[in-house]
Amino acid sequence: MILNGASTVRAWRLAGWILFGGVLATLGGCAGEPSDTTDSWGRVLLMRDYNTRVVVLGVAMLGGAAGLVGSFMLLRKRALLGDALAHASLPGIAIAFLVAVAAGLDEKSITVLSIGATLSGLAGVALILFIRSQTRIKEDAAMGIVLSVFFGAGVALLGIIQKMDKGHAAGLEEFIYGKTASMVADDARGIAYVSLLALIVCVLLYKELKLLCFDEGFASSRGYPTMGLDIVLMSMVVLVTIVGLQAVGIILMIALLVIPAAASRFWTDSMSPMALVAAGLGALGSAIGGLVSALAPGLPSGAMIVLACAGFFFISLFFGTRRGIIVRWIRRVQLARRIDRQHLLRAMLECIEQTTPSSSDRAEHHALDLSPLRKTPISIEQLLAMRSWSEKRLRLTIDRAVDHDLVRAKESQCTLTQAGFYEAARLTRQHRLWEMYLITHAEIATSNVDRDADAIEHVLQPEIVDQLEELLDSNGMTIVVPPCPHESSPGSQHVSAAGGTA
Amino acid sequence: MSYQGWIIVIGILAAMSCALLGNFLVLRRMSLLGDAITHAVLPGIATAFILSQSRSSVFMFLGAVVVGVLTAFFTEWLRGVGNVDEGASMGVVFTTLFALGLVMLVQGAGKVDLDPKCVLYGAIELTPLDKVSVGSLRIPRAALILAGVLVVNSVFVFTFFKELCLTSFDPALANTMGFRAARMHYVFMVLVSVTAVACFESVGSILVVAMLIVPAATAYLLTDRLGWMLVLSMAIGAASAALGFESAKRVPAWFGLSSTTTAGMIAVMAGVFFAGAAMFAPRHGFVIKWLRRQALSLQILSDDVVAYLFRREEMQQPSVDAKTLSTDLLAGSLAFPLATWLLRRGGDLEGTHEFRLTKAGRERGKRLVRSHRLWEQYLVDQAGVGTDRIHGSAEQFEHFTDRDMREQLARQTDAPDRDPHGKPIPKEHE
Repeated sequence: MILNGASTVRAWRLAGWILFGGVLATLGGCAGEPSDTTDSWGRVLLMRDYNTRVVVLGVAMLGGAAGLVGSFMLLRKRALLGDALAHASLPGIAIAFLVAVAAGLDEKSITVLSIGATLSGLAGVALILFIRSQTRIKEDAAMGIVLSVFFGAGVALLGIIQKMDKGHAAGLEEFIYGKTASMVADDARGIAYVSLLALIVCVLLYKELKLLCFDEGFASSRGYPTMGLDIVLMSMVVLVTIVGLQAVGIILMIALLVIPAAASRFWTDSMSPMALVAAGLGALGSAIGGLVSALAPGLPSGAMIVLACAGFFFISLFFGTRRGIIVRWIRRVQLARRIDRQHLLRAMLECIEQTTPSSSDRAEHHALDLSPLRKTPISIEQLLAMRSWSEKRLRLTIDRAVDHDLVRAKESQCTLTQAGFYEAARLTRQHRLWEMYLITHAEIATSNVDRDADAIEHVLQPEIVDQLEELLDSNGMTIVVPPCPHESSPGSQHVSAAGGTA
Repeated sequence: MSYQGWIIVIGILAAMSCALLGNFLVLRRMSLLGDAITHAVLPGIATAFILSQSRSSVFMFLGAVVVGVLTAFFTEWLRGVGNVDEGASMGVVFTTLFALGLVMLVQGAGKVDLDPKCVLYGAIELTPLDKVSVGSLRIPRAALILAGVLVVNSVFVFTFFKELCLTSFDPALANTMGFRAARMHYVFMVLVSVTAVACFESVGSILVVAMLIVPAATAYLLTDRLGWMLVLSMAIGAASAALGFESAKRVPAWFGLSSTTTAGMIAVMAGVFFAGAAMFAPRHGFVIKWLRRQALSLQILSDDVVAYLFRREEMQQPSVDAKTLSTDLLAGSLAFPLATWLLRRGGDLEGTHEFRLTKAGRERGKRLVRSHRLWEQYLVDQAGVGTDRIHGSAEQFEHFTDRDMREQLARQTDAPDRDPHGKPIPKEHE
């Protein structure tokens, strides 16, 4: 297989998106055409049951909102902040319960507990930011400290509550561990409101949040209130986490904040597609997980949602079109082959140069016209002596160069084609220009320049070569094109390759 | 030993073995690994249970340790191969493993009384019940295991102290010097997993996270030496275990309530120690730093008062009322009375509403004004700064200029009589 430059990457990317779309289409198809044989499947997938509908819609909205805010958090390198603040909400829940009991309110009211959890979560986040800015403790340790101490305090408070005679403490932990399968319409409605709010905030403040994620210093120098924006973003995370916490539990909430965002990072390099893909993956993964657990009642829905999201993550990890493992591997192989090919061409030109009778001219600062010697056959042994490469690798490289019509090979002899000769001349010229530059402008000893130039010759852009020519006052590469002898026929070209004027 | 005595001993052993390794987690910025491992071990426990069909703690321990190491390994792999941010890769790995474990428990171990919540909260209060015989003694199993873990950890840290230090602070340097930073990392990860699993089995996951990070972070605020940090973190861990146990019994009683969870209170106690260190650590505490700044600004204000009065004496107006003085120096309404009170107490200032300098105060003012004018002369003479721009710098430098430096300045500027503005430079007091 010939891996041909950028087009392979492009094809691969296309294939990735098709795969991605295929998964979506299959799902759509499943939902659209219920099979008669498996009626229960159809019932679930069409979401005929009210309960399934509520659960699937609820978790899908939650997954979308979490993916959206999670992608901002990932780019801010605070992926695990959700972890810290979800744990930090426990003492707030306990205190809210105690306050409600003391005030004679309904101590199990979701509103009261949510307010407590939100306040306590926000306090935890504020404390993390404070510890990070006021002490020498780094962010990760600050998160761990707040997480464990707040959670410890919550456990201690729950321990007290359980021994009180007033109030019914049982099930208070459910607020944190979740009860996805028994999600009711009220929960789903709460999730819908919060998701909508998160969406509106992210759309309205998109530009500001993007700037905050990528260059906080620049944002504050342009007069954006970075502290305020940070608080808005954190509040979104806290809201989504708290509303999700009671619906799906602590671990799932962390997973929904982290996994879709991390997965979408493999598909794109720009912010808005990333947020969209993250939200889509979150919603899709949650819906699939919800459906699967509805099909098999034995499977815990929270865990199934995490596993569905993790499945998407691993697909993205390998097949992601921008940073996926396979696409990066292809790029690496292509680069390695290009470098090998370029080494081969230059080595061949240098072999030709060595065999010229007038090689002593090189010392007299004369550019050589090597084109008459283009067809000089060069043996594998000669090439093997030029650099430290194995014979197997050299032969493979020669084979590939033959495929590209740069080299003709016959048994253990090879010659440059016209195209190969131009390419070799161009590369050698770049190599030597760089060597010249190192010698004259970086004052590196003549014996040390070859290795540097060897590494950089593959990535020298035409503009840089122009600049080098200007700096070194060198005569450009002259390609003599004779006038066309007759109309409409491509003229044969004559090349005079001037190496460096070393 | 009494039942409660054993709880304290187990708490202290767990705290010390966690805190010792936690130092390196904090230094390597991997603090949340403990949290990740304790959540992620669930599939290991489930696999061990399904394979052995028993609740034998040996198998579960092994399974948990293996998965704990795998957590660290996967996190590292995702970070390296997948280019995923460290926190995110940890989040992906541990949530996925936890979910996997949950599914395995529900599917494979249907009717077990293996309660995830029990793992998270832990039941340190119940540990002394499970005793084993060692010779003629009856020792709780947890105490025995944790003592073993503590010994192994101590030996490891003591033996590889230099390597750990080097790989934590500068892995690149460690590699160039021929230490395998990666190998050290994985050995360390194995130990963290073993410790985390051994501890959460007896004291609960939340206490493991707290004990791994909080004492180490506290010690990090208190000292700049790694050796001291290790010792301090272990002491803080032990102290919070003991105090946490006591406070779990006593603090709720103050509010007329019964006792509460020991593990929770130990974590809270560690948090209290951290808060104390964050505020009052001699070098890095933010309250201490704030106080130091306030003391400095008070001293500068006092200097300014004295120098101001000295300059007025030069103009034959030796006394000034408090209002003029405070408005001219732009002094704060709290700082000004404090500064004048300190000056009166120090014998530099006299009078209550009309201030004038004492003899000692006059000398102090003379020194300050001499420093100020010498600096102005120096800045014009040696640094070539324009006459109109020297006052601000001199105003700052005068507070930090001692006699030696004044003499040096005088030498450099050929001991002038007058400064660039034409004011006389007072002579040094003999």
